[in-house]
Amino acid sequence: MPFVPHSDEETREMLSTVGVKSLDDLFEYIPKDMRPKQFALPEGMTELGTLQRLQGMAGANSTVEMSFLGAGFYDHFIPAAVDAMVSRGEFLTAYTPYQPEAAQGTLQAIFEYQTAICNLMEMDVANASVYDGGSAIFESCMMAVRATRRERIVIDAAVNPLYRRMLHTLTDNLKLDIVEINCDAGLPVKEQIIAAIDDSTAAVVLQNPTFFGNVCDYNDVFAAAKAKGALSILSVNPVLQAVLKTPREMGADIAVADGQSIGQPLNFGGPYLGVMACTKELVRQIPGRIVGRTTDLEGKTGYVLTLQAREQHIRRAKATSNICSNQALCALRALIHLCLLGPDGLAAAAERGMELARYAAEKLSGLPQVTMLNAAPFGNEFALRLPGNAAQTVSKLLGKGILPGALPGKWYPGMDSILLVACTEKNSEEQIDALAAALGDALGGKI
Amino acid sequence: MKTVFAKSKPGRKGVMPAVPKTSAAKMLPETLLRKKRPALPEMSELDVIRHFTGLSKLNYGVDGNFYPLGSCTMKYNPRMNESAAALPGFTAAHPLLAQLPEGEALVQGSLEAIWETERLLCELNGMSAFTMQPMAGAQGELTGALLIAAYHKAKGNKKTKVIVPDAAHGTNPATAALAGYEVVNIKSKDGIVDPEALEAVLDDDVAALMMTCPNTLGLFERHLPKLVEKLRSVDALLYYDGANLNAIMGRMRVGDVGFDVVHLNLHKTMSTPHGGGGPGSGPVGVSERLVPFLPGPRVIKKADGKFGLEYNLPQSIGQVTPFYGHFGVYIKALAYMLRLGGKGLGKASDYAVLNANYIRKRLEGHIDIPYPQICMHEFVASAVTTEAQGVKALDIAKALLDKGYHAPTIYFPLIVKECLMFEPTETESKETLDLFCDDLIAILKEAEKNPDALHAAPVNLPVRRLDETKAAREMVLKDDV
Amino acid sequence: MNIPAELKYVDTHEWVRMEGDIAVVGITDFAQDQLGDVTFVELPAVGDMVEENKEMGSVESVKAASDLFSPVSGEVIEVNPMLENQPEILNSAPYTDGWMIKVKISAQPSILISADEYKNVISA
Repeated sequence: MPFVPHSDEETREMLSTVGVKSLDDLFEYIPKDMRPKQFALPEGMTELGTLQRLQGMAGANSTVEMSFLGAGFYDHFIPAAVDAMVSRGEFLTAYTPYQPEAAQGTLQAIFEYQTAICNLMEMDVANASVYDGGSAIFESCMMAVRATRRERIVIDAAVNPLYRRMLHTLTDNLKLDIVEINCDAGLPVKEQIIAAIDDSTAAVVLQNPTFFGNVCDYNDVFAAAKAKGALSILSVNPVLQAVLKTPREMGADIAVADGQSIGQPLNFGGPYLGVMACTKELVRQIPGRIVGRTTDLEGKTGYVLTLQAREQHIRRAKATSNICSNQALCALRALIHLCLLGPDGLAAAAERGMELARYAAEKLSGLPQVTMLNAAPFGNEFALRLPGNAAQTVSKLLGKGILPGALPGKWYPGMDSILLVACTEKNSEEQIDALAAALGDALGGKI
Repeated sequence: MKTVFAKSKPGRKGVMPAVPKTSAAKMLPETLLRKKRPALPEMSELDVIRHFTGLSKLNYGVDGNFYPLGSCTMKYNPRMNESAAALPGFTAAHPLLAQLPEGEALVQGSLEAIWETERLLCELNGMSAFTMQPMAGAQGELTGALLIAAYHKAKGNKKTKVIVPDAAHGTNPATAALAGYEVVNIKSKDGIVDPEALEAVLDDDVAALMMTCPNTLGLFERHLPKLVEKLRSVDALLYYDGANLNAIMGRMRVGDVGFDVVHLNLHKTMSTPHGGGGPGSGPVGVSERLVPFLPGPRVIKKADGKFGLEYNLPQSIGQVTPFYGHFGVYIKALAYMLRLGGKGLGKASDYAVLNANYIRKRLEGHIDIPYPQICMHEFVASAVTTEAQGVKALDIAKALLDKGYHAPTIYFPLIVKECLMFEPTETESKETLDLFCDDLIAILKEAEKNPDALHAAPVNLPVRRLDETKAAREMVLKDDV
Repeated sequence: MNIPAELKYVDTHEWVRMEGDIAVVGITDFAQDQLGDVTFVELPAVGDMVEENKEMGSVESVKAASDLFSPVSGEVIEVNPMLENQPEILNSAPYTDGWMIKVKISAQPSILISADEYKNVISA
């Protein structure tokens, strides 16, 4: 079962070559009192049995066909060709491309991924990805701390609360001063953010669209940060980025995103990928792998991991980060997804989600006692204020097979009546009609 | 090969995911929109398939090539794992479903999978609890370091230093520094951690010792009990870097011998594919005294047999990942562990160690092996003799590539000159190992007769040796077509 | 290995040439040889204060990175502008075109050693 090919005869021959009598002899170095106290693992199974067991678990999940749940993680369509390509063993079962001559496939793909991300963000340099959107924010803050030699981070509360929680956890043992600026009806309060940026501020961190779905322009905040010598970090949605003002156009120094919505299934939380791009001035501060183009000794174009002197295997305790892997296969998925969709396809996904969100906003806010949380522009997601507790409404609608959205009240005090509704191209006007009817019924006490 | 950007043709379409009726310009004010569409490739679906099929052929992978890359455990990645992870019930689940009121009922299968994976890892390693949150080994290390810091903070200990042996993976010192600790390096003796060297730097400021066992030289850390005793005397914790777990399954459990924190690399020992560099999965296991500090939410099994999420964790360090870690990766590890069972996992380690010793023995007399005793799942050789003729470890590595093998790890660990580190894993057959040894011995003979031939290698691959200095100086990091 | 007798050294492999109260600082031939092809040099800026035996920058090659330690204390008054775009001159001319910074010293140097002493350092 353990995929060990040795016959008994071969095992004997090999033991004899090594000069021992049994497999046990190979472990004589481990003293008796260091052997396992117990080892009560289950018996192995056949492949069929294993798969049946896991099919049982997968089947114990209920599929919600009609879902408007987003909150930073979206159910987008993924073309079949993405899975077909990434399941090729040459991509799937390769290691980090440390021997470039035997890894040009992975290396060129990463180079192309870096280019696609730079073009999407209009930035100069992208790395080969980090774990997820939250770790991208954490790593960006650490970049800013190193580059400015300052320790204060100003972060808007409309940045995904899960990422803010990660940032607090990951920096807990460092002497950083993380200042969160509360939002007003889900909107960033720019005057307060600007006022919080002082001469000791390393970076200001904002999100577009915000956690509540609002589309903003942060030109003024980023200009204020620049005036104080602080760096500007912008977290974006890579699908909407096909149409929205770019981080470069707003004046950001570092652009980050969770790449989940470009080609990654939701997968109960991962793996996704952390997208990171920056201006050329920060190239030596960006952590993680970077691929560069070069030539071989015959002048032929090829690709290598470069700027490795920043990384942990060389710099050890002084590295830009401890990160050692990247999300190579997820980055490959993202690249293939972007190639299949192209600029128009990606924009179509963005625009379809946005137009459905508008249809939904109009329908739902037309229900009695339901209002929009704010009147600011939004993308494919928007927040509604319901009469009473939104969690109870979600429970009722789930009973009808409709998942109406996310509940920001979990992270934002005083927001227990808020429902966050997201649309992607996988939703439809018919679904929204059904949602509006069910929500009307629920609020009217009919369900 | 041309890049996708060079192949792009304006107006060519691949897959349109939707047909919107309204343009962005009609939905948002112009000031919020980008001035021009992003320069993404415009290709047909067949263009895309041809391109990436072509790129894949430029790679070595375990599926096509023996890959004895030391410290990386490049074992066969069973296809069953992929089928398990691709089950739609798993892939379609939104992570926030579990956090909605009554949402736990919708994801009982996913929660059970997490609970079961944690339970199996606990038993395999002798730990009290595991968290699946860390997204790769290095993040597992950081999580471990944060747990150590939280433990000391809760006890009122003022700790500022972490000790790291010289043979450690580079991530260990980088992690300790990232977690705010001063890194103290200690020298090995006879290839393993020297209790006297530890004693010399041990004081009340020491928070922990980070080590791996067997260590990066493939040697078992014989002095472990002594090290544990010394660390306990100053209330310092012992951290296990699980990179080398494939050597000891069923033969030793790190929890039993005094390790307090362990991170595992499921993409190594538990056969999840490396994917060209990730995604990995780096779960962290802890002893009883660190359980209260684990990140949350934690998956629990309730009295009625249902699974749920526990948020009431007042001493928790917080959250290192938005949800529950790389679910889509560790589901593969779960499939592997269920299939092998306890006996199978033990057998995997036994044969990983047999294969490493077999190669070591077959190479004896042909290349310098600085630690000639029985090794664990990997061993190091040193190209010091061929270096005298101008053939370095790098040249040997490149010559192996020419013969269709991935090279061993070279120049690591740093404490062995001209180091080559071999880890064959248990899934390789005797004839693969024999052929490999024959070919490597032939390369070593060639090094004596015709060193220039090795300097020229590789000649059979898509590219010859690449100019890394030029890459670093010119920094062409994207395609400007 | 080239170790000019007229220069002073520190055991972290930097050299110093004193011109009155101005110290010209660079890295030794031995240091550049150990690093291999230099790809990047990070130096303090004009106006920065450097301190004897304290980190003042770093040098990177493809496979290594090394911190630079200041052999003297004082204010940086000039930085070699060529090193930003042509780091390779550190390999070709470490004692001449490859000088790194000029420092107006604020205290008498106390850790400098002679060429002969430095020879012993690198042969140890």
